[in-house]
Amino acid sequence: MHLASVDPQLADLSNKLIYSAMAVYTLAMLAHLVEWTFGSKGAVALRSAEQSSLAETVAAADEGGKAVRKVTVKVATASGGTATLTRTALADAGATVVTSGRGEDEAPDGPGAAGTSEKGDLAGRIAISLTVLGALLHAGGVLSRGLSVMRWPWGNMYEFSCAFALTMVLAYLGLLAAKKNARWLGLPVILAALVTLGVAVTNLYTDSEQLVPALHSYWLGIHVSTAIICGGALYAGFVTTALFVGKDAYERRVAAGLPGGPLRIPVTVWQRLPAASTLDKLSYRINAFVFPLWTFTIIAGAIWAESAWGKYWEWDPKETWSFITWVAYAAYLHARATAGWRGRKAAYLALLAFACWLFNYYGVNIFVTGKHSYAGV
Amino acid sequence: MSDTRTGHRTPADETAEQAAERLSSAPAEPGEGDGPGAGPAGLGALGWARWTWRQLTSMRVALILLFLLSLAAIPGSLIPQNSQNAFKVQTWKAAHQGIAPLYDKLQLFDVYSSVWFSSIYILLFVSLAGCIVPRTWQFVGVLRAAPPAAPRNLARMPVYAAWHTDADAESVNAAGHRLLRRRGFRAHRSGTGPVAAEKGYLREVGNLLFHFSLFALLAGFAWASLASGQGGKLLVEGQGYSNTTTQLDDFTGSWAYTADDLDAFGFNLDSFSARYQTSGDQVGSARDFTAHIRYWNGTDSSKLTNGTIQVNHPLEIGSSKVFLIGHGFAPVVTVRNAKNEIVYRGPTPFLPQDSNATSTGVIKVSDYGTGPDGTKTMLGFNGYFLPTAPENFEKTGPVSLFPDAADPMLVLTAYQGDLGTDTGNPQNVYQLDTKHMTQLKQDGDIARARLKPGQAWELPDGYGTVTFEGYQQWASFNISHRPGNAVALTGAVCAILGLIGSLFVQRRRIWVRATTGPDGRTLVEVAGLARSESARTAEELAEFAVDLQESAPALDDDDPAGDPAGTPPGGPPAGPTDDPADPAAPADPDSKE
Ligand code: HEM
Repeated sequence: MHLASVDPQLADLSNKLIYSAMAVYTLAMLAHLVEWTFGSKGAVALRSAEQSSLAETVAAADEGGKAVRKVTVKVATASGGTATLTRTALADAGATVVTSGRGEDEAPDGPGAAGTSEKGDLAGRIAISLTVLGALLHAGGVLSRGLSVMRWPWGNMYEFSCAFALTMVLAYLGLLAAKKNARWLGLPVILAALVTLGVAVTNLYTDSEQLVPALHSYWLGIHVSTAIICGGALYAGFVTTALFVGKDAYERRVAAGLPGGPLRIPVTVWQRLPAASTLDKLSYRINAFVFPLWTFTIIAGAIWAESAWGKYWEWDPKETWSFITWVAYAAYLHARATAGWRGRKAAYLALLAFACWLFNYYGVNIFVTGKHSYAGV
Repeated sequence: MSDTRTGHRTPADETAEQAAERLSSAPAEPGEGDGPGAGPAGLGALGWARWTWRQLTSMRVALILLFLLSLAAIPGSLIPQNSQNAFKVQTWKAAHQGIAPLYDKLQLFDVYSSVWFSSIYILLFVSLAGCIVPRTWQFVGVLRAAPPAAPRNLARMPVYAAWHTDADAESVNAAGHRLLRRRGFRAHRSGTGPVAAEKGYLREVGNLLFHFSLFALLAGFAWASLASGQGGKLLVEGQGYSNTTTQLDDFTGSWAYTADDLDAFGFNLDSFSARYQTSGDQVGSARDFTAHIRYWNGTDSSKLTNGTIQVNHPLEIGSSKVFLIGHGFAPVVTVRNAKNEIVYRGPTPFLPQDSNATSTGVIKVSDYGTGPDGTKTMLGFNGYFLPTAPENFEKTGPVSLFPDAADPMLVLTAYQGDLGTDTGNPQNVYQLDTKHMTQLKQDGDIARARLKPGQAWELPDGYGTVTFEGYQQWASFNISHRPGNAVALTGAVCAILGLIGSLFVQRRRIWVRATTGPDGRTLVEVAGLARSESARTAEELAEFAVDLQESAPALDDDDPAGDPAGTPPGGPPAGPTDDPADPAAPADPDSKE
C-alpha cells in the first residue's frame, strides 16, 4: 500500500480549527444560557408563535372568502378528548395551510427555551448563528485532518470523537433546518459536543498520522462513518428520551396537583419544553431511524472482520457490546409495541441502551482489551 | 398503531375478533386476555402446555428474553474467553485461584457456548418461530380478504371529518374510491356503498422478513460452526509449506470439515516487509505489513503464482482464505560444540512481547553430542531478541526501543543437560523445560551474552561457541475454510431491508361513507385509523378530504364534525380501540377468554 506522508500545515490547521470551534461553541452555550435565563422571566404561552400565526393566516383567508376548500379533522387524543386539525386549500395557486390545535385536555408543547421573552429569543438566535459558525469551523477541522494524511479522518479515538461531536451538532442543525421545533435541544447538544471535544483534545489527542495496517480497508469509510452518524443521532435520541422522562414526571406532578418540578429543576424550565407526548414521539422516531443504520454498521463491521481476521464474528469485546447495544434497542422497540411497557418503561430501556452505546465507545476502548485497537488510543 | 393512543386498555375491551385483526401489528398478549398472572387453573397438562406456549410466544416474553440476552452477553466481554485467547484464560485463572473453579463451573470462560447463554437464545428463537409463523398465515389471510368494512360509527375512529354536500352519495363514494386508489391505497367498495381502504402492507412484509432473516443468520452461524476448519502456520522468510495436517502447526476442524478435507495448495514465503512510524507521538506504530509469497493451487507445486498477503487483504485459494495474523523475528545462530563441530544452525522464531517487538524465544540444541566432560548432553538457550537495542539496559532489563531492526541484539543465557526432547511428549518450542538442566555460570554468576550480528560467544566451561549470524523475519498465517458466509450475509441484508420496511412504512386505513339524509342533503364522512406508531393519519386524511371536496363541495353553513350524527350524547370517550373495527360482526362470545 502506498504510504502517503503527512502534511504538517494542514494537520496544524486542523488543530487550530478544532480549538476555534470549541471557542465558538462555548459562546453559543453562553448565549443559550442567556436564552434560558431570560425565558424564565416571561409568561409561558401555551401555543407556539408559529401555530398562532398559521391560525391567523387561515382566519385571514377565510375572511377574504378565498378559501375554496376546508376540512377540519377531529383527532382523538391519548386521554380520550379531541383535538382538531384544519387544512385549507386557498383559491389562488393551490396554496394550502394547515393548522393543528391541541385538545383542551392535552398537555401543550412549551414555547421553547426563550419562552415569550424577546431578549431570550434574540439570545437563542445568536446561539444558533454561533452554532452554525462553530459547526463550519468544526467541519473544516475534521476535513483538514483527513486531507493532511489523505484518508478518512477517523482512524483513532481522537479523530473519531471529533467526527462524532460534529454529527451531533449537524443532527441538531438538520432538525432546525427541517423546520422542526428543536431549539430546546440546543443547550444539551452544544454541551455534549463541547465535552466530547474537550475529552478528545485533552485525553485522546494524537498527531495526524497514517493508519495502522489493521485499518487499511475501505470498510473504514463505510463502517466507521455510519457508526459516527449513529452515535450523533443516538445522542439526540438520548437527550430527547431523558427530557421525555423529566417532562412526563412534571406533567404527572401537575396532574396530581403537586408544586415544583421534578429533580428540583424549576417549573419554568419544564414548562418551556415540548409536551411529553411530543418528546416521546420524537425520541421514538430518532431511535427507530438509527436502528437500521446501527444494524448496518454492525453488519459492515462483521464483513470487515471477516477480511481482517478471518471470522465475521468472534465475540471480541467491541463486537459484544455492539451486539448488546443492538439487542437493547431491539428490546426498546419491542417495548414500544407491548402494552404496559409504552411510555416511561420503554424510555428507561432506551436510556439503558444508550448507556450501552456509551460504554461500547469509551468503556471498551479504554478499559477492555480486544482486537479493536486504535493507534495512540 | 392505534392503541398507542389509548394506552390504558382494559382486558375486556378486546374481542377475539380484534385479537385476530388487531390495530397494532403486534400479536395478542396472553396476559391481557387472562388478566395478569392468571394461570390456566384446572386445565390439566394440555392446558398448561398451551398456556406455557402462549406465554412463550408473547411479546412480553420476547421482550424479557431480549433483555436477558443482552445481559447475558456482558460477562463474556469482561472475563477472558477460551474461544478468543486460551492463554489469557490460563493467566487469569492463575491470578484468581480462589474464584476460578466457580467461574469454570458457571462456564464463564465459555460464555457464548455456555448452557445458559444458549438456552436464552434458543428460547428466543423458539418464541420467535411461535410468533412469526402464525403471523405469516394471518397476514396471508389479510391479503386475501378485502380491507375491513367501515365501522358503523365512523365518528368514533381516531381521526374523523364530515361535511354536507349537494353531490349525490353514490358519486361521492365512487370519487372517494377513485381518489384512494390513486393515492396507492388498496380500496374496496361493496356495491355502491361506502369505501374501505388500507395502505402500507409493506410494513408487515418488512416485519416478517426481518424476523425470518434472523433465522437465516442463525442458520449461517450454525453451518459455519459445523463445517468450517482453520489451521495456523508460521513461516520464516524463505520457507514454504503445503496445506496438509502434517505441515500445519495446528488444525481445528469440525463435524463436516476434517483434516482430510483440507484444500490442496501451498505457498512459499519469499520475504516479509514491515514499515513503522519513525517520528511524532505515534513512533513505532505499524504502518504496513506485507508478506510476499509464491503459491500453487492443487497438487502441482511447480506452477507458482506471485502474490501478497496483507492485513485486511487475505489470499483466496480454492475454498480457503489465508490471513496474515502475526509477524516477528527469527535470530539466526550457529552453535558449535566442544569439538568445534556445527551442531545447530538456522533461524529460530522468537515471539514478540510488546509493541516494540522485544522478543523472547528458546534455542534447543538436542543433537549437541558429547560435552567437554565426555558425556552426552544437550544445550538450551533462553534468549531475548531486541530489534533496536538500547545503549544499556541494566535498569530496564532487555527491552527494544523500536519494532524495526535498526540495531539488533541477541541476549542469551545457556543451560546444559536433558532438554526432554527424547521423551516423545510434545514440547512447547517457545519454552525451555529446565528441570533436568543446569545453567552455565561464569565466575559464579549466570553466564550471559549480548551479541550483535556477526559476534560469537565463547561458552564457559568449554561448551563451544554460539555465533549470532543475523536475523530473518517470520510471518504467521491463519488458513481458514468457512462456508455459510453467503447465507449469513443474505440474512443480514434481508434483515436490514425488512427493518426499513417495518419501521418506516406506515400502515393505515381510511374509510369514506356518503349517505343521503332525510333532508335530502348528503353527509360525507371520512375516517382514518393508524396501525403503526408514527403515521400522520390526521394530515393525510385532511389532505384526502380536501381533494374529495372537489367532487363533493362542502355547503358552507354547517359544521357536522362538531356534531357528528349518531354520537350518543355523553357516551364513552372516543377511544379507537373500544370500537370494533368491524361493527357488523357481533361481539364474539369468546371475547372474555
Ligand atoms: C431474535 C430476536 C429478535 C429481535 C432482534 C427482534 C427485533 C425486532 C425489532 C427491531 C422490531 C422493530 C420493528 C418494528 O417496530 O416494527 C421488532 C418488532 C416486532 N417483533 Fe421482534 N425481534 C426478535 C424476536 C421477536 C420475538 C421472539 C417475537 C414474538 C414473540 C417478536 C415479535 C415482534 C413483533 C410482533 C414486532 C412488531 C411490533 C409492532 O407491531 O410494531 N420479535 N422486532
